[in-house]
Amino acid sequence: MPWTRQHLLTLEELSLAEIEQIHATAVAFKRTLGRSVKKVPALRGKTIVNLFLEPSTRTRMAFDMAAKRLSADVISLDGSSSSTTKGETLRDTVQNIQALQADMIVIRHAAAGSPLYLSKILHIPVINAGDGAHEHPTQGLLDTFTMKEHLGKLKGRKVVILGDILFSRVARSNIHALTKMGAAVTLVGPSTLVPHWFTDLGVKVSHDLKSALADAEVVMLLRIQHERQASGHFPSLGEYTSMFGLNKTRASWLNPKAIIMHPGPINRGVEIDSELADGERSVILEQVTNGIAIRMAVLYLCSGGQPENVYSGADPR
Amino acid sequence: MPSLWIRSARVIDPAAKRNGVGDLFITDGRLVPSLSAAAKKAATVIDAKGLVACPGLVDIHVHFREPGQTHKETIGTGSRAAAAGGFTTVVCMPNTAPVADNAGTIQFINDAARRDAVIKVLPTGCITVGMKGTHLAPFGSLKRAGIVALTDDGDCVQSNELMRRACEYAKMFNLPIMDHCQDAALTQGSVMNEGTVSTRLGLRGWPHAAEDIIVARNVILSEYTGAHIHLQHISSRYSVGIIRRAKSRGVKITAEATPHHLALTEESLATYDTNFKMNPPLRTEADRRALIAGLRDGTLDCISTDHAPHTDYEKDKEFDYAPNGILGLETSLAVSLDVLVRRSKFQLSQVIDLLTHRGARILGLPAGTLAAGAAADVCLFDPNETWTYDAKTGFSKSSNSPWHGQKLTGRVKTTIVDGRVVFANGQITV
Repeated sequence: MPWTRQHLLTLEELSLAEIEQIHATAVAFKRTLGRSVKKVPALRGKTIVNLFLEPSTRTRMAFDMAAKRLSADVISLDGSSSSTTKGETLRDTVQNIQALQADMIVIRHAAAGSPLYLSKILHIPVINAGDGAHEHPTQGLLDTFTMKEHLGKLKGRKVVILGDILFSRVARSNIHALTKMGAAVTLVGPSTLVPHWFTDLGVKVSHDLKSALADAEVVMLLRIQHERQASGHFPSLGEYTSMFGLNKTRASWLNPKAIIMHPGPINRGVEIDSELADGERSVILEQVTNGIAIRMAVLYLCSGGQPENVYSGADPR
Repeated sequence: MPSLWIRSARVIDPAAKRNGVGDLFITDGRLVPSLSAAAKKAATVIDAKGLVACPGLVDIHVHFREPGQTHKETIGTGSRAAAAGGFTTVVCMPNTAPVADNAGTIQFINDAARRDAVIKVLPTGCITVGMKGTHLAPFGSLKRAGIVALTDDGDCVQSNELMRRACEYAKMFNLPIMDHCQDAALTQGSVMNEGTVSTRLGLRGWPHAAEDIIVARNVILSEYTGAHIHLQHISSRYSVGIIRRAKSRGVKITAEATPHHLALTEESLATYDTNFKMNPPLRTEADRRALIAGLRDGTLDCISTDHAPHTDYEKDKEFDYAPNGILGLETSLAVSLDVLVRRSKFQLSQVIDLLTHRGARILGLPAGTLAAGAAADVCLFDPNETWTYDAKTGFSKSSNSPWHGQKLTGRVKTTIVDGRVVFANGQITV
C-alpha cells in the first residue's frame, strides 16, 4: 500500500494500516541508528523548519535529530525568536516560511487545531509536534512502537494511562492509536482530571488505582503540572502522590512483565518514584530513542518517501 | 411621498391575527385601511403576488460596532445588512469603543443612526460603568438620551449584589435589563461547549452550568425585585427548563434564542472553523431541540441574531485566539424558516411572530405589526425562493458567517421603512 498523506495532523484520522506502516518504516530507520555513520541521504537537499511556538526540549531535539539523520537541512524557530512576538499572525509567519522555500514544517503550538489550520494555508507538508490539549501524534506513534517492541501485538493488551488526562495531548493521541490497535485502555486519575466524556472515545475511565493497575501490561504516566493545583483540579501535589503516585507497592499490582512509560519531563517523587523511573521495568529512555526513528519515518513518508523503499533498503542506503 | 399599494400579498400579521391574501395601503409613512380611488390611481403599486407581506423584522440583539470598531461594521453598513435581511428595527448592544455607558455616547449613536442608517436603529446602555461590573452606569441620563434597555452584553454582571441593585434601579425607569448569562469563573479560557466534542478536540469547555447558574440567579432576582430581566441568547436545555418553571409562576422574565443555536450544534466545530465560534457556544443536539421546544411553547419569547461582525483577519486565527461572534442579519429569516417551518412544523405565522412582534413587545417598541395606524415597516419575502448566500458580497462590512456559500430557502424581496422602500431586488434603494 503506497503512503498518500502529505501531512501528519492527528492519529484520530489515521487508519490502523497507516499507523502500522509508520511503525514498519521506523523499524527500518531504527536499524540505521546503531551504525557508526548514522546519516542516510533520504532527504538530502530538503529543508525542514521546526516552528516551536511552545516550549519543548525532547520533541524538538528528536525532530532535529531525525531530520539531520535524514540529511535534511534544519532550521529551528521558537516562540521568542519568531515574529509572532511582534504581532505577526500565524498565517503570515508560515507563509513566509513557505516563501523561504522550506520543504516541510513541523509545528508545536499551544492552540489546538493549529496544524490543521496550517495545512489549509500551505502547500508544503505540515507535521504536528503537539497542539494544545489536542494531539501529539508522533508521541502516540513512538509510545505504541515501544509497547510493540516489548509486548508484540497490542490487541487485547491492558494499558493504563495515569495522570492529567484532561489537558494531555499525549493521552489523546495514545487513546486513538491504542484503540485502533485493539488494546484495552483504562484512564486513571483524579475525577477532575479524567472526565467521564473520555468513555466516548472507546476507553474505560477509573478513579481506583488498584483495580485499574491489576494485571496491566503497560502503565503510562503523564506529568502532573503544578499549575493544575492552582486551578483547583486537585488539592496538593502531596495528596496527588498519596492517591495516584506510582511507587513500588503499587507497581507490584501490575502484571509482572509490565513496562512503565512516561513521555517526560518527569516529576520524580510526584507521579513516579525515582527507583521506578530508573528501574528495570522503565522504558522511558527507550521511548526517547524510538522518538528519533518514528520522526525519521514520519518526515520521510510525508515528504513523499515510500515505505517499501525503506524496507528494501532502496532509499536510505 | 406617493402612497404605496402592495397588492395580492399573503399578509401575515400575527399581532393583529391577520393571515390571508390581501392588499396593504400606506400613506404618509403609516399603514391605512384603504386608499381613496384617486389615491389608488396615484399610488406606487408593488405587485406582491406569491410573496408574504409581514411586519418588518425586529432584532433586539445586534452589534453595529460604532463607535470605535468601524473596521468591523458601522451603523450604516449594519443597517443595510439588516434591511437586506428584512429587518426594519434593530437594537444595538453597547459594547462599543468606548462602551455606551454615558449619554454622550448614546447621543453619538443616535446621531449616526439618523444620518447613516436605512432602518430604525435603537441603542442600549451599559448596566455598569465601562462594563466592568463594579459601579452602576447612570441609567437616568442614559434613558433621557434614548436607550431602550440596559445590558452589559458579553460581560455578564458577576456580583449578585450589584445585579440586585441594577434591577431595583432599572425598575424605577421602567427599563428592562438584558443579560448575557455566563458565570465567568466557570468559563475561564473556554472556547466551546464542554462535552465529548471539546474533549476530543482538546479545546477548553464552556459548561452549560455556567449559563444555568446565572439564568437561575436572574430568575431569583427578577422575582425578588420585580424587575424585568430579558435573558439573551439562551443555549442550554437546562436553562430552558428553569425559564419554563419561572414563567409558570409569573416571574417577569423573557428570553431569546438565536438562529445559530437553533440550527447548529457543537459537531460543526470538528474542523476548528472560527466562523462557528461564538459565545455562548453551539451546544448539543438535545440542547438545540430544547430551544425549539421552548420557542414552540412560549418559554422562549423571540428570535434574535446576536449579529456580531468581525473582519476576516480577526477571525483568520488559531481557534483559541479568534474572537467570538458571527453575522446573522442577512440569513436569520431563511435559517429560521428552514429550522422551524420546514424541519419542526411551526406555522409560518408563528415564526413571523417570533421575528417581529415578540421582540418588539419585550422592549415595548412600537414595531412588529401591520395594524392600521402603525408605522409602515414591511417585509416582503418569497418563502420558496432558493438562493446562495455569499457573505463576501453581502451588505455587512464583515463576512464571518457559517452560512457563507450555502443554499438557503426564503428570500427577502423588499423592505419598507416608514413607507419608504429601502431594499428591493437585492439592492439598497436609498
